[in-house]
Amino acid sequence: MNHYPLWKNLLILSVVLVGLLFALPNLFPQDPSVLVTGTRNNPVNDASAAEIAASMENAGVPVKGIETLPDDKLLVRFKTPSEQLRGGEVMARTLADRYNSALATAPDLPGWLEALGAQPMFLGLDLRGGIHVLIDVDMDAAVDQALERYAGDIRTELRKQKIRYLTITRDDGRVAVRFKAEETRDEAEKLIRREFRDLTVETGRDGGDWFVYGGLPPQLQEEVKDFALEQNITTLRNRVNALGVAEPIIQRQGERRIIVQLPGAQDPARLKELLGATATLEYRLVDTEHDVRDALDGRVPVGAALYRERDGQPILLKRRVIVTGDQITDASAGFDQQSGSPAVFVNLDGQGARRMRNVTTENVGKPMAVVFIESRTITRMVDGEPVKERQRTEEVISVANILEPFGRRFQTTGLDSSDEAHNLALLLRAGALAAPIEIVEERTIGPSLGQDNIDQGFRSVMIGLLLVVIFMALYYKVFGLVADLVLVVNLVMIVSVLSALQATLTMPGIAGIVLTVGMAVDANVLIFERIREEIRNGSSPQASIHAGYDKALSTIVDANITTLIAAVVLFSFGTGPIKGFAVTLFIGILTSMFTAILGSRALINLIYGGRRVKKLAI
Amino acid sequence: MSHLQILKDLDIDFMGKRYVAAAASGGLLLLFLLSMLFRGFDFGLDFTGGTVIELGYSEPVEVVDVSATLSDGGFPEAVVQHFGSRTDILIRLPPVEEGEAQSAQRSDEVVRVLRQDAVGEIELRRVEFVGPQVGEELREQGGLAVLFALIGILIYVAVRFEWRFALGAVAALVHDVIFTIGIFSIFQIEFDLTVLAAVLAVIGYSLNDTIVVFDRIRENFRKMRKGDVIEVCNRSINQTLSRTIITSGTTLLVLLALYFLGGEAIAGFSLALIIGVVVGTYSTIYIATAMAVWLGVSRQDLLAPPPVKEGEVLDDRP
Repeated sequence: MNHYPLWKNLLILSVVLVGLLFALPNLFPQDPSVLVTGTRNNPVNDASAAEIAASMENAGVPVKGIETLPDDKLLVRFKTPSEQLRGGEVMARTLADRYNSALATAPDLPGWLEALGAQPMFLGLDLRGGIHVLIDVDMDAAVDQALERYAGDIRTELRKQKIRYLTITRDDGRVAVRFKAEETRDEAEKLIRREFRDLTVETGRDGGDWFVYGGLPPQLQEEVKDFALEQNITTLRNRVNALGVAEPIIQRQGERRIIVQLPGAQDPARLKELLGATATLEYRLVDTEHDVRDALDGRVPVGAALYRERDGQPILLKRRVIVTGDQITDASAGFDQQSGSPAVFVNLDGQGARRMRNVTTENVGKPMAVVFIESRTITRMVDGEPVKERQRTEEVISVANILEPFGRRFQTTGLDSSDEAHNLALLLRAGALAAPIEIVEERTIGPSLGQDNIDQGFRSVMIGLLLVVIFMALYYKVFGLVADLVLVVNLVMIVSVLSALQATLTMPGIAGIVLTVGMAVDANVLIFERIREEIRNGSSPQASIHAGYDKALSTIVDANITTLIAAVVLFSFGTGPIKGFAVTLFIGILTSMFTAILGSRALINLIYGGRRVKKLAI
Repeated sequence: MSHLQILKDLDIDFMGKRYVAAAASGGLLLLFLLSMLFRGFDFGLDFTGGTVIELGYSEPVEVVDVSATLSDGGFPEAVVQHFGSRTDILIRLPPVEEGEAQSAQRSDEVVRVLRQDAVGEIELRRVEFVGPQVGEELREQGGLAVLFALIGILIYVAVRFEWRFALGAVAALVHDVIFTIGIFSIFQIEFDLTVLAAVLAVIGYSLNDTIVVFDRIRENFRKMRKGDVIEVCNRSINQTLSRTIITSGTTLLVLLALYFLGGEAIAGFSLALIIGVVVGTYSTIYIATAMAVWLGVSRQDLLAPPPVKEGEVLDDRP
């Protein structure tokens, strides 16, 4: 009686050993290091490693080692954080034009452990420090923009077919085209139905006018929103990569949110400025045929719009845009050769270059203006409800006469500072945001606070564990010691599963572990109390052990499943910190069932099983 | 037997006092509900929206000075306090008023204003900003989470046991939730996201306890041929009492360690769980069991064979 077959003991043992193995990386120290990533034209290779080694030696910064990682990356390890900082600075200075470098930490694992894919736990931002922002994408604006594009296309198409319309407006989530006569309306309807198959086309009559309405069907709206979100993620990723942070996390959350997490980053102001920025450029011809003063009096001529220059001077520009920021494929900051003022060098895509050449060829000698556009979204409370509001500023940063036709590449001046030129170049390069965004949540944790949290968390886990261990040993003697051992194994298993899954460990996650420690003994308490009862009822020691485990089992399973339900609900409803708690609670319950039921039974069997026992030390 | 035991062969008439307990619970619940209604909660940043900034100064600073600097810098509404030590400062920017704009950039502005004016270095230890719409969503999601957890549990217990037990268990859970958050309301302790997580953990814990007692009641109904419902329940509670106390005790040990050593960030979390563990133990007896008795649970309801007997799976071999 009370004997596990060999295979069962071996199975339990091997699970525990695998657990130990995957928990092992957490014991190794973390090297302060710098992660070097190649860019499109400059992949990193052995030569770059040699180059870095040489430049470190020149600067007198000792390097612990340089490794090539998969995905075109180099890891440069240092012995101390201060050497890491100095080394990082040197690399940023010497390699900035070709590679991106970012401060990181890397565990110093022996090769065989690394080969197994074992890694230490992935710490959340509250433990390692860093910036977390939650970004809301303005989906209504994305749909509006799509409608605006359709309105433009319809206008072009009607003109091409010489169909006379009165106005084209956006109203109530659709494009409304107004006509004077029914016949033209019907003709236009046919055309729109033929050319814009993905729109839902309706007709109507309002007063004396005839209308064709083009709306976005729900499915198309979803596509537009989805595209805007994905496009924004790409753009944000490009922008974040320019910051030089190792392991940035940029992911979609739900239908309209994006999470950006930068471990170790410490300048939230710069990040937010960069993420939220929507700066872009537009090139327009200056309207020289009309007088600005008329426009100032409120009589803006048709086909023109009133702008202001940076110094506040009013200026009239043609409504038609020559080139927009979307058509810029590359941009870099520099200085104008002649004046030495900050400039942005811009490359256009094929379509943009063609248009630019055509327009500038026709307008040699006339002035052209560069408009700098910036917009941001803020939320205001109106009648207790949050309402989004868009603010858009458009400034003319430079006006110059077209001396000769422009091609694919040219420069733009008129920027305030070289910082502004740098930022603008970065934003143009990273691409425009497909829809306006707003930061709706930020959590920044400084590195020292992160370390404090780790220390406090670790200490409370240890002390809580110690108290429970002492109590169990005193109260249940040998059985208590068995419970203590499996409790420690349970803790190792939790750490190991967290490491293997690379689930994020947060401060509430540590609380979850602490709570599991408290609750994990419950299973053993249930079993041991049962065994005591059986003994009191006069059963033999062996029969008591058997009956104790047997009878307590369904209770333990029922009790744990209900806690699992709570953990799953927490996980699916929670955000960041709460999810962390739910994950450790969930893992803790599963591992504790394994260790407290199977593990403790195996040990008790080894101690008491298969022999005559007069008395149990319980 | 020679083993150490806290409680020996008890025979306390728990069920006999169930009306007294019901009256006491009812009175307290009423008090808590009134407090929630009239005093409300001291909701944390997570639910109200707003900004919290924690700064570490290299030199000790006075709250009034920081306040004055912020006031001059355009933040008269900022609430400044020391946090832990005289070099640590916590600044709260209240959630937006009607018509005012709220943005994530306000914290940057605050830090900039203070750094301009400071003598020594200022380290940015923590910034938390929650926009008004996110706060509202979190409140909504939190309520839904509690609701769904209760429904899930109701279904599970109804399937595994019986509907009277399920109702009893859920009544006990509702009792525990109201009790825990009621104390947060009466004493106006800050209620943030981690406290909400704790409330959900309390649901899990309290139910754990209830299930253990129900399990025993079911078993005893089958075993004890004599004895009425009250006797069976009393017997079951007495039999499981030492386990109840030991488990609550060890859990409380750990929670106390967490409360006193875990730091400011999870103090509210630990407190909610400490309340929950104590109340959860009580409610198992006087709410869950008493309710099942009151609903008329009887021997016949539980005599059907149990749905699954997991015990067989793990049985040992000769």
